Amino acid sequence: MQKYIDKLNQFLETPIDLRSRVLILVAVVLLLPTYFFPLWRMTLYSNQFPEGLVLKIYSFKLEGGKSAYRDDLREINTLNHYIGMRELHEDDFTEFKWIPFVVGGVMLLALRVAVLGKMSALVDLVVLFCYFGLFSLWSFYHKLYLYGHELDPTAAVKVAPFTPPIIGHHTLANFEVYSLPDVGTYFMICLPVLLVAAMWLSRQSWRKVQAVG
Amino acid sequence: MRVKFLMMAGVAILAGFALHAGCGGGGEQRGRAGVRSDVQEAALKSYVAPGDLDEYYVFKSGGHSGQVYIYGIPSMRHIATIPVFTPYPATGYGFDKESKEMLGGFTWGDAHHPAISETNGDYDGRWLFISDNANNRMARVDLRDFKTKQILGPLPNVSGNHCSSFVTENTEYVLAGSRFSIPLPKGTYESAEDYATKFKGVVAGIAVDKNTGEMALGWEVLMPPFNYDLGDAGKGPSADWGFWTCYNSERATGLTDKFEVSSAQKDRDYVIAVNWKNAEKAIADGKFKTLAGVKVIDPKDAEGVVYLLPAAKSPHGVDVSPDGNYIIASGKLQSITTAFNFEKMLTAIQNRDFTGQEDGIPVLNYDAVKDAEVNVGLGPLHTQFDDKGFAYTSLFVESAVAKWRLGTWEVVDKIPISYNIGHLTAAEGDTKSPDGKYLIALNKLSHGRHLSVGPSQPEASQLIDISGEKMSLLYDAFTEPEPHYAQIIKADKLNPIEVYPKEENKNPHAIWDVKDARVERNGKNVEVYMIAVRSSMTPWQIEVNKGDKVTVYLTNIEQTTDELHGFGLNEYNINVVVDPGETKTIEFVADKTGVYPFYCTNFCSALHQEMQGYLLVKG
Repeated sequence: MQKYIDKLNQFLETPIDLRSRVLILVAVVLLLPTYFFPLWRMTLYSNQFPEGLVLKIYSFKLEGGKSAYRDDLREINTLNHYIGMRELHEDDFTEFKWIPFVVGGVMLLALRVAVLGKMSALVDLVVLFCYFGLFSLWSFYHKLYLYGHELDPTAAVKVAPFTPPIIGHHTLANFEVYSLPDVGTYFMICLPVLLVAAMWLSRQSWRKVQAVG
Repeated sequence: MRVKFLMMAGVAILAGFALHAGCGGGGEQRGRAGVRSDVQEAALKSYVAPGDLDEYYVFKSGGHSGQVYIYGIPSMRHIATIPVFTPYPATGYGFDKESKEMLGGFTWGDAHHPAISETNGDYDGRWLFISDNANNRMARVDLRDFKTKQILGPLPNVSGNHCSSFVTENTEYVLAGSRFSIPLPKGTYESAEDYATKFKGVVAGIAVDKNTGEMALGWEVLMPPFNYDLGDAGKGPSADWGFWTCYNSERATGLTDKFEVSSAQKDRDYVIAVNWKNAEKAIADGKFKTLAGVKVIDPKDAEGVVYLLPAAKSPHGVDVSPDGNYIIASGKLQSITTAFNFEKMLTAIQNRDFTGQEDGIPVLNYDAVKDAEVNVGLGPLHTQFDDKGFAYTSLFVESAVAKWRLGTWEVVDKIPISYNIGHLTAAEGDTKSPDGKYLIALNKLSHGRHLSVGPSQPEASQLIDISGEKMSLLYDAFTEPEPHYAQIIKADKLNPIEVYPKEENKNPHAIWDVKDARVERNGKNVEVYMIAVRSSMTPWQIEVNKGDKVTVYLTNIEQTTDELHGFGLNEYNINVVVDPGETKTIEFVADKTGVYPFYCTNFCSALHQEMQGYLLVKG
């Protein structure tokens, strides 16, 4: 057991080599698009909307698909009032207030790792980022749950309480609802992937540390 | 090794992007694509070669345009418009004295439900009745010449004549009623706070003269302040009954909450069943009050006239099956349509199987009168029938038509439509003997199905083939706003005239010989006896003094199909069109001095441009 703890300590003390640092910088740069692209996208199809009503969720705002003749967010809110669902408003999502800052913090921490070059800091960052990711997903799921369950009891059309899908497909009344990650999320996933790759790239250094140890 | 790993990471990320792009954010687009042979099939089925005639007439109500549109099936070509509640310069309707008087000062109506007259429960092709939801009137169009002949109303005590016009099996009555309850008689003020007790609705039967079609108010039944929405008359065993749906049995107002919410709180509203034979009897027995000059039956004083059947939430359409045994009512806020059994209804009445009452009207036990709740789909509205025992229900929310079997209650097919269907109409689909074959979906929205015409969009009508096991879409057509209901009648049931025979023209001011054309002065009244015939209007000049009242009796003495003439008078806002053999009266005060040309507005012949004359007004 002690052997493993020593090994782990050795691993955490491993310095990160140059290629890994460059990779971390790349990961930081790849986080920038998350400020410009939606993280998630819900699309509601029905006979009346063969092209789908689109809801785009960014890290800092909620936006409906817009065409010359329609704002999908307004349309979705209008349709939802029949089943007594609360209107979707940006102000209701505290996530939009903190997520951009957390992403910024992650970028700063990643730069710190690139400068300090410590494996322990890199591990910290991966763990923190995974926690942030999972917490955001849970928070998103919880919001969806509340919207689907806190239906106005006096609504003209009664539907059973439901949770819109966080990922995948769901049928609601006359709508086929698809919910999927969007471009921003794929960029975000790059970070942990590249950080793990950076660890992998520094395996030579760890071998050296072990040899010395 | 390293490179390989990086590549793998790269591939994984790329795969993510590809997955995202491939999904397009969601599922398959549905709708337009069909295989080529289906398209060809549909084209052949809906194509009527140049010079060939359609198999069916379709009479579509024009909604707030106030008119009736005639289409042909299967071509879906718009053939003509019959002006009913709204002036229509195209035929001079509303400009001559006769039609002006019929319109009674209203310049629009909300033409809702057409009803072709029936004999033994089948269309006889004599008249078409149509209700006016806006000004509480009922019009009759004569199908011999496709002209509006009578507009009855505003009907006393009827407010918002929406649940109209449905004819009884032998056109004894055309049904009418109040969509919007108000304090009665009209003109009475009550606070909306007292809606539940001081406001009233009525359902009514307008009696139709068997020979002339002349309408007169028959009977009215005083009803609780609900919103009476749609109706249908019974057939066969249920022939003595009229049925209506209602919403807002909550007796709610928009004072406490939005009306759309407050009026949709109860899980059940009602189908109203009125035995009109018993209504006649009640009146004969003196069981009525006179309200605004009309004999009104209060259900409290006359048992056996009206019963309530609980029906799924805010029902919209009610339709009686061809055999008269089932009353189909659709709960627009649920996903079921309810089939009530007429025999069971009679039994429940006999056994006094009541579960409550509303203002003295018995409410029948729901479980005792219903045969089935059919799971048709979302937002069911109206039902039509075919010749094989199937029913077709329009689904507004789902944008589809469901086909289901009467008796077994199973849904056997569904077809998506574009978009948001309201009414639907099958070939003779509301008679005792429907033809099957064709169904038209009358849709409320049409975006993207036609060349864009800006924000004001037409309505869409889709022709559907119902001859096979599966419904198939044949054709999209577009209509001016806004067909609510339509009826489809086999072309050979109509036998229209194309000229008015001279011997039938009973107008005392008609003249048939140019020698008789003249201007007669009588003080300040000037009467002009005018003839229109290719290519002159005689007299050619009308001399009057300023302030004279001018009356022109204009006769088109042609006896040839298609030879219409018009009379347009510059800057006097007058255009009248006379058909071959027809006489119309034009009345105006010559209140502007000067010389004003009049001319033929309806192109008639090679020398149409020369068909003109002058009104000369001396100061």
